[in-house]
Amino acid sequence: MKKSRGLSQRTSDIILVLITAVILIIVAYPLYYVLIASVSDPYDVYAGKTFLFPSGFTLDGYVAVFQDPNIVSGFLNSVKYTVIGTLFSVTMLYITAYPMAQRDLPGRKFFSIFFLITMYFGGGLVPTYLVVKSTGLVGSMWSLFLPGGVAVGNMIIVRNYFQNSVPKDLMEAAQIDGCSKMGIFLRIIIPLSKPILAVMAVFSMVAYWNDWFTALIYLGGKGSPLPLVMRNILIKSSASASQAATISGGYAELNKLTELLKFCSMIVAAVPMLVIYPFVQKYFEKGFMAGAVKG
Amino acid sequence: MSQQYKPAVGVLRRPNTPLGRRIVNNWQLYLLLLIPVVLTIIYKYVPMYGIQIAFRDFKASRGYTGSEWVGLYWFQRFFSSPTCVRMIKNTVLISLYSLLWSFPIPIILSLIINQLRFRRYKRLVQTVLYAPHFISIMVVCGMLRIFLSPSGGLINLIFGTSIDFLTESSAFRTIYIASGIWQDAGWGCIIYLATLANVDPGLYEAAKIDGASVFQRIKNIDLPELLPMAILNLIMAAGGLMNVGFEKVWLLQTDLNKATSDVIAVYVYQQGIENAKYSYSTAVGLFNTAVNIILLLIVNKIASKVSDVEFV
Repeated sequence: MKKSRGLSQRTSDIILVLITAVILIIVAYPLYYVLIASVSDPYDVYAGKTFLFPSGFTLDGYVAVFQDPNIVSGFLNSVKYTVIGTLFSVTMLYITAYPMAQRDLPGRKFFSIFFLITMYFGGGLVPTYLVVKSTGLVGSMWSLFLPGGVAVGNMIIVRNYFQNSVPKDLMEAAQIDGCSKMGIFLRIIIPLSKPILAVMAVFSMVAYWNDWFTALIYLGGKGSPLPLVMRNILIKSSASASQAATISGGYAELNKLTELLKFCSMIVAAVPMLVIYPFVQKYFEKGFMAGAVKG
Repeated sequence: MSQQYKPAVGVLRRPNTPLGRRIVNNWQLYLLLLIPVVLTIIYKYVPMYGIQIAFRDFKASRGYTGSEWVGLYWFQRFFSSPTCVRMIKNTVLISLYSLLWSFPIPIILSLIINQLRFRRYKRLVQTVLYAPHFISIMVVCGMLRIFLSPSGGLINLIFGTSIDFLTESSAFRTIYIASGIWQDAGWGCIIYLATLANVDPGLYEAAKIDGASVFQRIKNIDLPELLPMAILNLIMAAGGLMNVGFEKVWLLQTDLNKATSDVIAVYVYQQGIENAKYSYSTAVGLFNTAVNIILLLIVNKIASKVSDVEFV
């Protein structure tokens, strides 16, 4: 009896591993292909010689990426916006979530509804644009941070984390010892909520690193972040590339470097975030769970 | 002991302290809230007030209330524009099909991942499946444009064809939805995996002793456990049915696939930001929001009947 059950467990294990392996390949292969193409001869890439391994190995593309003034300045702008934006957003989340986590705060219900409404309803693109413009932010980097204000969905997760995962006894003991609300916030809440802090910091970083639409609308072409710079390389030039392809009859005639630049810039834009998130991955589920349980 | 003592303190202290005193005691908390509240008023509530320009002929020099009131003129103009029906249809179809595909897939994925017993492999699967979520839509669209290229694109190389997918309007929805699944299906698993992680291990043990197979365990333990969360997600998604992501559509749109890729969000951007037709764009956006809110209210009503899951 026991043996046959063991066998069926083993068979189902094998089936599950096979299914997930296929899914893994489907998800990972496009990224792997771009990585390989970024160090291959573009002619070989478009001739279908780089399905598994690089062909005509070259690092010219990466050299070109780091010599291209637009990409370099885009990269540096993105770093700047990501660092400042993340500091700003996480601070906003914390200073909002902490008061909202106090069940006996007079007016808590009012503030709750005040923030929640903005989650479901907004002014829309143009009315928001007009306000950003009239507050003088257009063309300034602050237009990327301030209009976002408080990310209400994340704020609720952080608030619930404060309510559910920070020991109440500790806060009460501190209060009895004469610690002020601000003291509890700085000495107990912040040090004890590091997992959710890490998760929220990564979420903000990803959002700011990958954002281009806000920059497109508000920055007016100045200080473009990396994704917006890449739009000229990836989207606009692929239209002209396909035109060139129809005229000259193939990619052989095209400037190899332009094609290499596409693959390399995509890798440069994607890798920083792909390297960071595995470090906080173990907190994702925990954080979500603590945040989702209603206190 | 302490269990009994604690609520007593809370209960006793509250009624004894007058409201004014409690507000003063919490001044530091209100101070913390000051900046978030001010920013929310300026950048969330003032734009809501600004929606009125949808009913006016907005001139920046005259301000919101000084501009001439034109009633439903801009809405009439939108409904009589030649591409209006096409845009509404495309918006609804793209989101409806997206929902149909991208709702069940994370559930199935998380049921499979949850059954993996080799911890390291399970973690690897999760790490890889989350990865595309962290990539910019700009990069995803760049990849799509290269992969779908008629000459030397990955898809055409694999199938030995030379189809220019991005000029085929019949392919647009498939491209949009498939790439969306690639990017976010894995990430969508997190909330389900977290739910499954909380299942009482005793249930599995009992099921194993009773000789239940993996599929019986999934069907009888995991699936019922996921159902409330799945319903909640479905409701939320249905409430945002008219919210087609602007970014991806705009980056993948070509003159030749507009028959299916022309959506309201892109139109709102083009009219409002590129052409500076502020009032007209606001009216179109408001129509979109109005439909969404009606959907959300309907769905919310159904939800409160189906289950007692709370939103707020």
